Amino acid sequence: MSSRFLTSAAASAALILLILTACSKGTTRDSNAAPPSKNEAVITSAFSPGLDHSLVTTDPRAAPYYDNADAINTGKRLFSQYNCSGCHSNGGGGMGPALMDDEWIYGDRLEQIHDTLVEGRPNGMPAWGGKIPDEQLWQIAAYVRSMSLPQTLAAQNGPTASQSPAPVPRKVAQDNGWSPPADTTNDYTTTLEGPK
Amino acid sequence: MRSSAIVLALSLATSAALAQTVPAPVPQSDVFTREQIGHALAPPTPDAGRTAPSEANAPKDDGQWTMPSKNYASTRFSSLTELTPQNVKGLQPQFTFSLAVNKGQEAAPIVANNTMYVVTAYPNYVYALDLSKPGAPLKWKFSPKPAPASQGIACCDVVNRGGSYDHGKYIFTTLDGQVIALDADTGKALWRTRLANINTGETITMAPVVANGHVYVGNSGGELGVRGWVVALDEDTGKLAWKSFNTGPDKDVLIGPEFKPFYAADRGQDLGVKSWPPGAWKIGGGNVWGWITYDAELNVLYHGTGNPGPWNADQRPGDNKWTAGIFARDPASGAARWYYQYNPHDEHDYDGINEQILLDMPFQGKMQKVLVHMDRNGYIYVINRQTGQVLSADPYGPTNSSKGVDLKTGRLIVNPAKETKLGETVRDICPTASGAKDWQPTSFSPLTGLLYIPHENICMDWMNMQVSYIMGTPYVGANVHMKPGPGGNRGAVTAWDPVRRQPVWDVKESFPVWSGTVVTGGGLVFYGTMDGWFKAVDARSGAPLWKFKVDSGIIGQPISYRGPDGHQYIAVLAGVGGWSGAVVSGPVDTRDGSAALGFINTMSDLPKYTTAGGTLYVFALPH
Repeated sequence: MSSRFLTSAAASAALILLILTACSKGTTRDSNAAPPSKNEAVITSAFSPGLDHSLVTTDPRAAPYYDNADAINTGKRLFSQYNCSGCHSNGGGGMGPALMDDEWIYGDRLEQIHDTLVEGRPNGMPAWGGKIPDEQLWQIAAYVRSMSLPQTLAAQNGPTASQSPAPVPRKVAQDNGWSPPADTTNDYTTTLEGPK
Repeated sequence: MRSSAIVLALSLATSAALAQTVPAPVPQSDVFTREQIGHALAPPTPDAGRTAPSEANAPKDDGQWTMPSKNYASTRFSSLTELTPQNVKGLQPQFTFSLAVNKGQEAAPIVANNTMYVVTAYPNYVYALDLSKPGAPLKWKFSPKPAPASQGIACCDVVNRGGSYDHGKYIFTTLDGQVIALDADTGKALWRTRLANINTGETITMAPVVANGHVYVGNSGGELGVRGWVVALDEDTGKLAWKSFNTGPDKDVLIGPEFKPFYAADRGQDLGVKSWPPGAWKIGGGNVWGWITYDAELNVLYHGTGNPGPWNADQRPGDNKWTAGIFARDPASGAARWYYQYNPHDEHDYDGINEQILLDMPFQGKMQKVLVHMDRNGYIYVINRQTGQVLSADPYGPTNSSKGVDLKTGRLIVNPAKETKLGETVRDICPTASGAKDWQPTSFSPLTGLLYIPHENICMDWMNMQVSYIMGTPYVGANVHMKPGPGGNRGAVTAWDPVRRQPVWDVKESFPVWSGTVVTGGGLVFYGTMDGWFKAVDARSGAPLWKFKVDSGIIGQPISYRGPDGHQYIAVLAGVGGWSGAVVSGPVDTRDGSAALGFINTMSDLPKYTTAGGTLYVFALPH
């Protein structure tokens, strides 16, 4: 029994070391990255006043995590290891909101989920920036996005969700993060003329 | 090999199909019978006297309701007799009031000086309503503005279990860990003391107890590796008088020469350190989020302690003192007097924080000063509250995680077949993690001599998983799926005779009864259901007499008071939520049975019956 605990203590120590290492690495990486231009910031609102709807939410760092099965599987492991599952369960939520549903308060693009992980959110989501290596945050973001994919939902086998997560297809990156259902007809652009 | 693989595949397919439906109940044959496991030191001696609280702990009823438990004895008995089994069918709402918060409302309304005080779930608004005017208009509202981030570390919805009135003050707690005293007339803050640090996972959800010039309160956070404590604040200033931890060295636990536990297992130096792996006591839970009881007759404070952390018991070999038990302390200094551990080395999340009711009761041919405690582990404990000796421990719901209590040693007899294991799912453990009963308080009538126990009938599957401690995050390490207990009714109200040690009647409910009960001098028991019915039953027979459908499920504490017009009123908060109701009040997806620490698995149908809400209801006969 006690050897089991030692294993756990060793694992905790390793994790803390990992977090500390990540901290310094993350700082270096971020300081080397080019600052985003003002149009490239990741937006967290679907609301952009006016009739110009060219919302830009891209972050080139997200690209490698689409169509990437390894990222999803690593993300799944990290999601449990960093106790994300303690609040969000296996996607069904609890202390934190469900992640396997189709409601995205802060957007469903990988860069938006990544931002949520880095910055935290006011109603209880902790800020993990500088505490978890950035690559791992992207992997967790990919797993989180995978939870609500139709392929992942269809693969559920048993009462625990998100155990066979599908990679995130690149096409989900084509909307701005708050897409209406596919069968929605948008007609407001044809009926509304703004002041010139 | 091949055939067993097919069987496995079939059973998995079945459970997938059931993911959004409520699982089948655990068969009756899987739990012990009451006769198999009930224990007492002596046979019943009912002729030795009449069971009642002492005058000091339950003074003559003045018709008010100044603390959630009604009195220090915690009887929740209202002596008012206007409402009777004959006339209760005419009960009607007199006014309602929107709380403007649609989260689990677990608080008791408080009535003092013709004013009603209500505290809501986060953001913990306090409303004072003037009962002397038509429609009970708002006198004042107080917004404490707790840190929004505290919502993210509340294990089981953002609930608050109520405030207390004393000497012109209304005293309550906030989710982010403040205790606040308001001027009851004006709603202005007299003092605010911050006790919890949300960055370590601490919150406060309990109702403070005001007694003896002190405010007694403890912390929540047993699912986040938070070290449990209880404090006394000066009632007039909010300044800390003493603080006691429930794990760690004796000096932190305020264990000294006065400490005289009844059982040998609780004697020894620094057991709060030695009964843990090295250092694990620092993140070991033992929180105080339920009911603290002040004994005005014996001048003692009793409080339970929460579950040890993490839930994965493989990571904390040892008895994990002083978690999942009960302390008796000196109210002035906090010094421990005795302790009893309901669940040594708890493996099932059986917190010891449920209410204790202080009674004088016949036992072994004479009247004894006892406390009665309905534990999460499924037993009703009758404990001599002067010594800490367990006089009897009987199951009040289906149980198989243990087979009674050894009354020589005081130790729970754990059933090895239902011990939790790393990486292996142990099935059909009864009662479930939230217990045969959770925090929802029982009432006691000195007229019938019966306890009215609102409780659950739920079991669970449990698998331990290795978990790392990361401060401020959940420290659980278990994958849990709950399911209905034998019979399929997930809840019940049971009238229990503590002297004869047996149930007198039982009302079954589809959902867990997560509201308190109140019992009246007219012979009525009131309680609410999670699907939104507020009910009155006959205190002697359990016969249903009246019910009213409110706007959301009820998990609050009903009260009975005399209004300024001399009439009897019944008040309760509607607003479903809490751990069991997170499926409605929380952003939860029912396709994941492990959600909300496994409660979703057995509550996925609740959204068909009720929606989130938050409303005060006040009833009376038309007059």
